Amino acid sequence: MTYSIVVNGETRRVDVPERMPLLWVLRDSLGLKGTKFGCGVAQCGACTVLIDGQPTRSCITPISAVGAKKVATIESLPSDGTHPLQKAWMELDVPQCGYCQAGQLMAASALLAKTPNPNDEQIDAAMSGNLCRCGTYNRIRAAIKSAATNGRRG
Amino acid sequence: MADTLTTPGLDRRSFLQISALAGGGLVIGHFVPDVLAQGPQGPGGPNAASLAPNVYITIHPDNTFTIIAKNPETGQGIRTTLPQIIADEFDVDWAQVKVQQADLDPKFGGQTEGGSRAIPSNYRNMRVVGAGGRLLMVNAAAAQWNVPASELTTGGGAVTHTPTGRKATYASLSARAAALPVPDQAAAEAALKDPKNFKIIGQRIRGVDNLAIVTGKPSFSIDVAPPGMLQAVFVKCPVFGGKVASANVDEVKKLPGVKHVFIVEPAGQGNNSLASGVAIVADNWWIANDARTTLKVTWDEGAVATQSSVGYATQASDLASRSADTAPPPGGRGGAAIGDVQAAFKTAAKVVEAEYMFPLLSHAPLEPQNSTAHFKDGRIEVWSPSQTPSTQHPALGAGIPRENVTMHLVRAGGGFGRRLVSEYDIEVSRIARLVTEERAAAGLPSVPVKLLWTREDDMAHDQYRPSGYHYFKAGLDGAGKLVAYRDFVASTASVIPSNEFPRGFCEHVTISSAAVSPFDVPTGALRAPPTNGVSFVKQGFIDEVATAAGQDPLQYRIDLLNAPAGGGPQGGFNPVRARGVLEAVRDMSDWARRGQLPKGTGKGVAFQFAHAGYVAYVVELAVDANKAISIKRVWCAVDIGRQIVNPSVSENLVNGAFVEAMSHIMNWEITIDKGRVVQQNFPQYQPTRMAQVPKEITVKFLTTDFDPTGLGEPALPPAVPAITNAMFAATGVRIRSLPLAKHGYRWA
Repeated sequence: MTYSIVVNGETRRVDVPERMPLLWVLRDSLGLKGTKFGCGVAQCGACTVLIDGQPTRSCITPISAVGAKKVATIESLPSDGTHPLQKAWMELDVPQCGYCQAGQLMAASALLAKTPNPNDEQIDAAMSGNLCRCGTYNRIRAAIKSAATNGRRG
Repeated sequence: MADTLTTPGLDRRSFLQISALAGGGLVIGHFVPDVLAQGPQGPGGPNAASLAPNVYITIHPDNTFTIIAKNPETGQGIRTTLPQIIADEFDVDWAQVKVQQADLDPKFGGQTEGGSRAIPSNYRNMRVVGAGGRLLMVNAAAAQWNVPASELTTGGGAVTHTPTGRKATYASLSARAAALPVPDQAAAEAALKDPKNFKIIGQRIRGVDNLAIVTGKPSFSIDVAPPGMLQAVFVKCPVFGGKVASANVDEVKKLPGVKHVFIVEPAGQGNNSLASGVAIVADNWWIANDARTTLKVTWDEGAVATQSSVGYATQASDLASRSADTAPPPGGRGGAAIGDVQAAFKTAAKVVEAEYMFPLLSHAPLEPQNSTAHFKDGRIEVWSPSQTPSTQHPALGAGIPRENVTMHLVRAGGGFGRRLVSEYDIEVSRIARLVTEERAAAGLPSVPVKLLWTREDDMAHDQYRPSGYHYFKAGLDGAGKLVAYRDFVASTASVIPSNEFPRGFCEHVTISSAAVSPFDVPTGALRAPPTNGVSFVKQGFIDEVATAAGQDPLQYRIDLLNAPAGGGPQGGFNPVRARGVLEAVRDMSDWARRGQLPKGTGKGVAFQFAHAGYVAYVVELAVDANKAISIKRVWCAVDIGRQIVNPSVSENLVNGAFVEAMSHIMNWEITIDKGRVVQQNFPQYQPTRMAQVPKEITVKFLTTDFDPTGLGEPALPPAVPAITNAMFAATGVRIRSLPLAKHGYRWA
């Protein structure tokens, strides 16, 4: 089947089976490797992308369900790392292995878009679907707060 | 292991080798003696090839520097910390440095991640590499200006002659340096900085891959995608050791997008071997994986299909009731027999007995196992996430000599010991060869192949942290002092903790074991083996002993440490350092006032000596009437010697170790039924999530006058018993088996 989807502001055409999850379309058809495969059952959040601004597990979202909605992946953030969240992530040296962090950043960006100044409970609620096997949660929380502060200043 | 510096035939004059670059740069090559193998699991010891000159530093004409990171990076920060050490001694600014990952090459010596060995094995070597380079630049400037080297200083990649104010960049000195005799090892050693002058070592240098990670650049093994690559899944028998009897290969081959389907014959022995299975290769991975729904395999499940966790536990209990007190003297698996334990139990004022158990665990790194290989003209090129990359694995898989293997080390999405075993490298190499051969038969050129496991494959085919069944008995004298101690281990491939505290601080000790048999679950090292489980049982039971003695459990440990007995401590354990971390964490946590905590809240303590490091925790937590646990505060004291190379990395590792311990405690258990793993994916094997983690984990690094050692592992083991001991303090309920979810607990 041929599908036309909007990814990071660009219309992309792909010819893939209708059940193929968006994750594999992004990674293997479009070569956008930033979105990660962790579990395939929407439990770990490594595959989180935004669909019309909503954090979504791309590993269980079939391509046929995307339609005209706008998909944003980690590659939609500035490639020089100047988004307040990216800056905070680097400044606070959040990553260990780094594998989950694209998903964490997408979940965090959706949170700040809706809740510019989140408290701990709001952060925990928004981020609880994203596993970090290395356990960088406290730095993730601190980086979200730092980005919220700097985003307001900016 | 021998220090290769003493190897006959090594020409000390060739310790440093230099060669000019076109355009005015310089490459500095070094002999780096590969001092130690990296821990018990890994290869990587010295070999003849490791004496070849190693290129670690390149000076570019614009006075920037490329520094090689030699070890695999799986999240422990080593790609940042080892180059930091070189850069500091070379005396350049970190902003001038670009880090480049080394491929696998004997000239770099050991390139293994494991056993928290990277810092102790390389700290001095990397310093000497940098210092030798700096000395070369100083000598070049001395020759250029005809001044004594003693009048020269360095900094920011330049040499300064203070009396005259002259200054020259390393790049500008390159041509002259290339023509000079090179410093020898002794001169480089003598040129090492006084640590008080470190500018980069000890600093919070951010991870060198941070920008790539936050921008989603292809950085990980799973992202490797050479042109024309096909993708594969490898379907193995759910029962360990089971084999393919038959499979509907031809039917699966007909599916759209599927390119190759074949039965793979097993090869090799042990963890690093090739299992029997069916490979499906397709244009993209999802299509290959989706074809599994059409694949029908008849398995010959083999003998392991009769084994189960319930059976292992029953056997363990039977062994303990038969032979806990009469087990034979320690054999090949270790043990100890000191004094006369049975006599001491008879005369003890009080006897305490307890059974402890911890389960099999899977590693569950977030990036499932994968590897990419291209087989062409009898050679293979592999991009591997292994912690112990070795040409022997692709060579076994592809059936070619090791010298025909090229390996690239690619950042891995977590290791935790899982990638100490590299069967995915063997599998992908076999699959890549078969794909190339089938394509050649059809007149097609070779292509690379990526093998990617599913999460379910990963959980079903791990090398699991061995379970442990410990049967303890302690004898106390009238004053509550520990005088007799027995640890009987019904062994399921368990490591018998022969040297563990309180051995060395008790007059009469036996540590013995008997094997649960058959036990054919593949086992391996998980972060901090074997103390990741042993610390829970040992530090839990000593807490019980202290309670039985009516004493403060923290002070009870210190009192024992202060009074070596029964032959004293073994295995390099230094009781002064253990006491140091206990006293530090006592003071940090206001331990003395723990009695004033509200009902249902308690503080627990534990310490552990692991992988050359000493770590103690105090945990404060509350348990409510519904068994919901909230961890309020955590204090951690760490002694890994005189120098923390990177405090940001180190604090992150301690935080991560505690969070991992929470996973071990609450939800993680691998159970075996009919020879296969019951748990399939994260829903049955939940790691810790953000909301469950204490908001602050306070870490203090003690500075002691010992060589720096690693931190990937030591901070994990004592976190487990510190939590369960705090639960006892909060509730009076002693936790003797894990995970807690089995006992109805959950995180609040």
